[in-house]
Amino acid sequence: MTTVEIAITEQAPPPRRSVLRVLRRPTARVGAIIVAIFLLLTVIAPEIAPYDPYDQDFGAALQEPSLDHFFGTDQYGRDELSRVMYGTRTALFSILVADGIALFIGTMLGLIAGFYGKWVDSAIMRLVDVLLAFPYLLLALIIVAALGPSLFHSMIAIGIVATPVYARVIRGQVLAVRTTEFVLAARAIGGSAGRIMLRHVLPNSFTPILVMATLQAGTVVVETAGLSFLGMGAQPPSPDWGSVLAEGQGYFLTSWWIATFPGLAIFMVVLGFNLLGDALRDHFDPRRRKE
Amino acid sequence: MTQYIIRRVIQLTFVLVGVSVVVFFTLHVLPGDVAQMLLGDRATTEQVARLRQQLGLDQPIYIQYFRFVVGALDGDFGMSLHSSHPAFTDVWDAFPITIQLSLAALFVAVAGGVPLGVLAAVWPLSRFDNTVMTVTLFGVSMPIFWLGLMLILVFGAQLSLLPIGGLMPIGVEPPRVTGMSVVDSFISGRIDYIALSIHHLILPACTLGTIPMALITRITRSEMLSMRSQDHVRTARAKGLSEPRVVLKHVLRNALIPVVTVIGLQLGLLLSGAVLTETIFSLPGLGRLMINAILDRDYPVVQAAALLTAFVFVVVNLVVDLSYAYLDPRIRYR
Repeated sequence: MTTVEIAITEQAPPPRRSVLRVLRRPTARVGAIIVAIFLLLTVIAPEIAPYDPYDQDFGAALQEPSLDHFFGTDQYGRDELSRVMYGTRTALFSILVADGIALFIGTMLGLIAGFYGKWVDSAIMRLVDVLLAFPYLLLALIIVAALGPSLFHSMIAIGIVATPVYARVIRGQVLAVRTTEFVLAARAIGGSAGRIMLRHVLPNSFTPILVMATLQAGTVVVETAGLSFLGMGAQPPSPDWGSVLAEGQGYFLTSWWIATFPGLAIFMVVLGFNLLGDALRDHFDPRRRKE
Repeated sequence: MTQYIIRRVIQLTFVLVGVSVVVFFTLHVLPGDVAQMLLGDRATTEQVARLRQQLGLDQPIYIQYFRFVVGALDGDFGMSLHSSHPAFTDVWDAFPITIQLSLAALFVAVAGGVPLGVLAAVWPLSRFDNTVMTVTLFGVSMPIFWLGLMLILVFGAQLSLLPIGGLMPIGVEPPRVTGMSVVDSFISGRIDYIALSIHHLILPACTLGTIPMALITRITRSEMLSMRSQDHVRTARAKGLSEPRVVLKHVLRNALIPVVTVIGLQLGLLLSGAVLTETIFSLPGLGRLMINAILDRDYPVVQAAALLTAFVFVVVNLVVDLSYAYLDPRIRYR
């Protein structure tokens, strides 16, 4: 027993770099501020939005930005600012659902493949290869075609499409960790496979998961909006950014504000997550830190 | 190298079988009865049952899959429920438009991305480098459908410099040979057709090429910078070679190997982006056909389009892998 304890102490993984230290990077700070504003808006949108996002006022249709309507109004007279603010909720929901699905299933698949190896690994990784053989939007479209166009189905589709990416990264991480002596020690003291995976291997794969989840968050927002724009996700009159863009497509040549502001919102949120994700990746990757 | 190619081709076969399984089984959980959809709401139960029998939909699912694979190998995916043409004919007609758009976008991406990346690496951390890096960061964060609309707004509507949609002006069409408007215009030999077709392709190609261009710029810069500190570059400088010669002959040439791979791997991005770009610019390509087919529940067309796109994607990835293995011998012995 003593020998095992010594082994655990000696072979414990190196101390992790604090996540918060990443904020010393200016780009990370900008990204974090954008993401924080986005998250705040999802909470306080009903309090600060000047109008109900669904309220139609045909007398005020297609008004350009003014003091009454900062982002103008759409063809039904709905306030664009309020719709963009409420759109943050759909975007956050899509991150939680799609990124959540991908993270959970991908992590489990990667853990099992990497930990058990042999035919289990081969079977899971061939499945991953097949899913990666599709251009991402094509696979999402096939899944939406099967389930039927709706916001929730588009989120499930995007979650499934992103799953192989997580599975690959986590598998690689598990392969690196599973032969370390603290894992061998955990096996030696009789730890079950599930316990070793969840208590020892998974916590030591936290960093790549965090980086991936942050970078994927931006991708999920764009893809969900993209599917809504194509009519495969959120359906009108939902204030989803992609759906708002699609609805305004017929009017934007004469009313520039209709397409400009929802697109700008998507762009800002994606930029925020990309800046934060890049900074996290650089922060935790010694080679990039050196560069 | 031969062994490596054989191994990769065998892997490709398994992946393609997997792709066909995913396409077939995913679409066979489609809500609604295809026979009912074809016959309409007024059809009797007997009529629906008869059509289900004719279409083979009453067979066990594995037999349906087997028939699907045999048909697919023969290019037979059944008839389009919307156009009543063979589904593969519709897909094959739309395919050249997507290929033309993707190639044009790739041209924009490479023609812009490589020189920008090289120049940014030549003057690292300079104002130029910082500007390029910031712009490329914006580029990768840009939703493609929004960028397309903004380009239409500025260059099409406000400045009236470029057409905002379509392959050619209404009523103008070069004789169809390849299905690619630019190539067909060249074949027709008419300068006005050539100019018009290129004119119509500029905005869609720039829209679709922006994100790959940003990625190629960043990877070129990064590879150039890591190559600059290599021993052979130091030796070249020590020999007294001029800086342009060192950069072009010793740094760029070696840095381009991974860049070529990244360029090849942009195809997935381009095929996905083409769906959105074709929708914005009203181009009758594969992406738009597929969207319409999904909305119409025209599943023979969806299957044919999905399988063809995945097939092209997988084969191009194989070619990229092989070219990389050819350029870098370490890959094929791994």
